[in-house]
Amino acid sequence: MNMTNLLLFPILIPFLFAILLLFFKESVLMQRILVMTGLFFSTVSALYLVFVVKEDGIQTVTLGSWPAPFGITMVSDMLSALLVTTTLIITFFVVLYSFYAIDEGREKNFYYPAILFMITGINGAFTTGDIFNMFVFFEVFLMASYVLSVLGGEKKQLRESIKYMLVNVVSSAVFVITVAYLYSIVGTLNMADISVRIQEVNQPGIISVIAILFLIVFGIKGAIFPLYFWLPSSYAAPPIPVLTLFGALLTKVGVYAITRTYTLFFLQDISFTHMWLMGLSLLTVVVGIIGALAYFDVKQIIIYNIIIAVGVILFGVSLMDGTAMEGSIYYLIHDMLIKAALFLLIGILIYVTGTSNLREMGGLMKQYPALGWTYLIAAFGLAGIPPLSGFIGKFLIVKGAFQAGHWIGAIAILLSSLAVLLSVIRIFIYAFWGEPKPTPERSKTRYNRMMIPAVLLVTLTVLYGVGTEALVPYMSDAADVLLDPSAYVNAVLKE
Amino acid sequence: MKTNDVILQTTTKVVFFIIFLFSIHIFFAGHYTPGGGFVGGLLTTGALLLLLLAFDLKTVRKALPFNFLIVVALGLLIALLTSAWPMLFNEPFLTHAFGDYDLPFLGESSLHTATLFDLGVYLVVVGAGMTMIQTIGGDT
Repeated sequence: MNMTNLLLFPILIPFLFAILLLFFKESVLMQRILVMTGLFFSTVSALYLVFVVKEDGIQTVTLGSWPAPFGITMVSDMLSALLVTTTLIITFFVVLYSFYAIDEGREKNFYYPAILFMITGINGAFTTGDIFNMFVFFEVFLMASYVLSVLGGEKKQLRESIKYMLVNVVSSAVFVITVAYLYSIVGTLNMADISVRIQEVNQPGIISVIAILFLIVFGIKGAIFPLYFWLPSSYAAPPIPVLTLFGALLTKVGVYAITRTYTLFFLQDISFTHMWLMGLSLLTVVVGIIGALAYFDVKQIIIYNIIIAVGVILFGVSLMDGTAMEGSIYYLIHDMLIKAALFLLIGILIYVTGTSNLREMGGLMKQYPALGWTYLIAAFGLAGIPPLSGFIGKFLIVKGAFQAGHWIGAIAILLSSLAVLLSVIRIFIYAFWGEPKPTPERSKTRYNRMMIPAVLLVTLTVLYGVGTEALVPYMSDAADVLLDPSAYVNAVLKE
Repeated sequence: MKTNDVILQTTTKVVFFIIFLFSIHIFFAGHYTPGGGFVGGLLTTGALLLLLLAFDLKTVRKALPFNFLIVVALGLLIALLTSAWPMLFNEPFLTHAFGDYDLPFLGESSLHTATLFDLGVYLVVVGAGMTMIQTIGGDT
């Protein structure tokens, strides 16, 4: 079957279901059924897309039947197909979790449509092959994330939402300005076309300026040093399922955008631009570690772990080396899954103890052994203990760094794993060992139901780690396109 | 204090229809000349806003008993379905069709599927604009 528009389905199905949900504002049951149906079908289409991309190579469609560099082209290479699929799978589990973790007030006030609109934007940003269109999709998911961030109207949420919106409005403005700069030099918005023309214009100075501007814009979104300042407090304000979606997905869009632009556009002066990226990503790892070890609030510990992961992934990208790039992609997908799992588990931890302060927890192992062991597996996975999912990504990144002779970076990444392990094991030690502290009376059924999506996600990460071998062809396909922009360019501008 | 707004109310009753018809004109003008769903929608919202100023929320709600959120959803649905329509024929998303037809009364006219998409935009703008105004205005 010849399906021109297949790569649009993971974007359009969530959009369609988000619209349908608007008609059933009052019926929680209807909302739940529709949101699950929508996510199920989008996930199926995304998996099929991965299969098609594997078989037939990069898929492209130019909207409105316009010829390629003029119309808006959507491009699905292996990296974007994998990210789209991971996004949908995570959302599926988070929504399942939300049934028991979100109050009815939120469910009746566009909680699910906002999630689906956000997924539309995220998948669009992962798929688009047009730099201005990427801005548009950024706005789509940002708008929806504003809704999710403020929904519920608690005092803390309102305060943090204002910060979150201001930061993002400013970064969006800079985004458009940067795109305008780029357009004034290359005269095109199509990303493949930009890639070709940047090599032709031969003005490395101004292109490097634009590269750094893009790094600032996407760095604010993806939380690299020193632009991560807004993230820890804004993410901590909304309820856990929203925090999970933000933490697992939103920063990764920034990371993806940096990866894409730095592998497709800015190849003229690698020693300058990619050194900046490398330096900043290592600093990001350092500040992330400081934060993760400093806090006694479980949410903050995991939130700072997001920042560490962003640094690790971007370090791998900045090396521009086959092994490290593959490692970064492994680590990117691993991190999305494991962060989602950890946040869900932390949510259950907060639910059963009634607090997010580690000092007030203790001795939960007797009462909640399943939670304890699942958490431990997830924590080991995050730290990258073989054969769990974090190992292979970090291993390849470090290997690539040694091959390229960046000893300091490689050792820093290795040491960061220890710090990550320490930070998450601290939660385990404080919360599950020691003297039991009095916990509030909690419904056992609700606890069990919240456990299901969390356990499933952790299982998925374990499978991801154990089944690494089976994923190699997919990952190397994704890395190949990143390292060889001509594959991307040819796929878009073929006719 | 009760203000005397007889003049405003009487004028509004006439001006509302002028603005509304003009917005429809702008909506259809949109394909070749400045205008279209977005501007048309804004003008219609402007006309409705004038009604709200001259009368009050309750009266307008009685006269136009729509849930404007549903209008937004309907508009989005129309926009999505019209742009997804070509996908049935394996054409890229958003491809539009057009042609010249000889219609009764109107004579030679060119019809575009893009207009249907624009209708969705129009409804979204009116719905979103009115929802905002009603939410802010009703929050006293």
